Amino acid sequence: MQTRFSFGGDEHIFAEVGEAMSLEAFFKSLFVTNAVRDAKIKGVTEICPANASYQIKFDPDQIKPDDLLVELKRLDAGSEKSEPVIKTRIIEIPVLYNDPWTHDTLMRFRERHQDPNGTDLEYAARINGLDGVDAFIKAHSSAPWFVSMVGFVAGLPFLYQMVERERQLQAPKYLRPRTDTPKLTVGHGGCFSCIYSVRGAGGYQMFGITPMPIYDPNQKISYLRDFMCLFKPGDIVKWKPIDRAAYDAAVADVDAGRFAPVIRDVSFSLTEFNRDIDAYNRKLDGVLHGH
Amino acid sequence: MAIKVLKPGLATTVQDLGRPGYYHIGIPLSGGMDRHALAAANLLVGNPEGAAVLEAVFMGPELEFTEDAIVAITGAELPPKLDGEPRETWTSFKVKRGQILSFDFLKQGARGYIAVAGGIDVPVVLGSRSTYALGALGGFNGRKLEAGDELPVGRAAAAAKEGRTVAKDLRGQPAGMPTELRAMPGLYWHRITEAAGNGFFSDTWKVAPEADRIGYRFKGGKPLEFVPREPPFGAGSDPSNITDACYPYGSIQVPGGTEPIVLHRDAVSGGGYFMVGTVIAADMDLIGQLQPNTPVKFVKVGMDQAIAARKDRAELLGRLRTALA
Repeated sequence: MQTRFSFGGDEHIFAEVGEAMSLEAFFKSLFVTNAVRDAKIKGVTEICPANASYQIKFDPDQIKPDDLLVELKRLDAGSEKSEPVIKTRIIEIPVLYNDPWTHDTLMRFRERHQDPNGTDLEYAARINGLDGVDAFIKAHSSAPWFVSMVGFVAGLPFLYQMVERERQLQAPKYLRPRTDTPKLTVGHGGCFSCIYSVRGAGGYQMFGITPMPIYDPNQKISYLRDFMCLFKPGDIVKWKPIDRAAYDAAVADVDAGRFAPVIRDVSFSLTEFNRDIDAYNRKLDGVLHGH
Repeated sequence: MAIKVLKPGLATTVQDLGRPGYYHIGIPLSGGMDRHALAAANLLVGNPEGAAVLEAVFMGPELEFTEDAIVAITGAELPPKLDGEPRETWTSFKVKRGQILSFDFLKQGARGYIAVAGGIDVPVVLGSRSTYALGALGGFNGRKLEAGDELPVGRAAAAAKEGRTVAKDLRGQPAGMPTELRAMPGLYWHRITEAAGNGFFSDTWKVAPEADRIGYRFKGGKPLEFVPREPPFGAGSDPSNITDACYPYGSIQVPGGTEPIVLHRDAVSGGGYFMVGTVIAADMDLIGQLQPNTPVKFVKVGMDQAIAARKDRAELLGRLRTALA
């Protein structure tokens, strides 16, 4: 995998590991950015891993752009030798699919959608060749997803489905972006799912909503007291479909400060994962549920 | 000491020099869009250069002071009035307890910086007092000002004096029409044809109404023609789509190849649109002073010119510091 480098003005170096999304490209971007962080290069101010690329922001008054480029190319080439294993977390995210709030929103913006006569879930099920909304929800929630990038807005995770490419769910973005998306909407665009951390504009298909806050600038939510954003690149997410009663109970628990997310430490090996994806995902499920 | 907000203006926010270090989780730098003008306002009232000020866009707020204060307005030509009496921009002046600071209609530029000796003393969040409204973070309750807000002000330095002024040649405001924004081609430049690339730099663009702290949109140039390709997995089918990646500050994305958007201090940190290049850091302040409909040309430069422009901008700030020392 040959990385393509380009200066983004006088303060950024942009590195495209792969044009296409793949777990290999993501792992490389994660390893190189970790190596850049460990190298503590003078003048480097922001280190941003992304899905299949990464970006370094720097102060050219402290390091010459060409010198940093040489150093990055060295670290980028060196990362090939890394064993693709990471210590990370697996996090369960409860989702009320087909919820009334995203449904209300998607109806309001129907004229901006590919299929004005259906819902986003119905459309996504059809174009992925699945037999209806329930089959789609099963396909979306049965395998885990990698957090392959955090960004766009504060704390928003991009999620990449951990299945063979031919099984990956895909859906285009809205024809024209919406001006509104409910907070904590589970969305999907291209091959990526996401959770909208804040209310606002968006172009991803809307499938459901989670009761579990993932961003809290006031740091009042118990598990966001140490840091206001839940997700880090490399986290693994497993969706848990819930019904309206469970959703309401979870919201009440969040409000009362007693909501306890299911988060477990786990070690992930890309080599072992690729050897038998379904078996590896079952193992991850075991870690999540302690058996 | 406090400032009571009687009228908030259009989108007045607390800003300092920003919040570096969190872009990798989607929290942008924020801070004054015109950093030079922000620093000048602070130096005029004896504050440290990066103290928190108010950034008012297009329309000034109406503010009542609960104690005597020294104040300065820089940036856009947003003429201040004290109890209705005109005051100068780029000049520090005294406000007495109970007096009301208001503003006349905007004459030039887009963003005015209102510095008060002592600085706006909202809590520091992740190292900065800047407002990031999209994330409801920092500033005054994470949002633009509203009528009825009371802004705490810090203790003024002994150096706070009225009647200090910044000479015209030290203000660093956009000059000439159209405004020239220097940009380095790169990032996904190879996605467009040579003719489209030439057209991008030779066309005159105009600032679109959708221009805010996140980004400035431009219209009026020719649509960009793409080099044909098979869409890479994960990118999306539109020729302007990429596998979602990080966006540099100042990067120029062109969704659908039609209207360029230059990301600014409250940038969305990443997304799925290709970018043709990046406005150099030295010219970012100028963007913050552009009104809708302002004609703009992008001027192609290389790294050496970008670094030289950066030195020029730093020297201008150096001369400003000396003048106000």
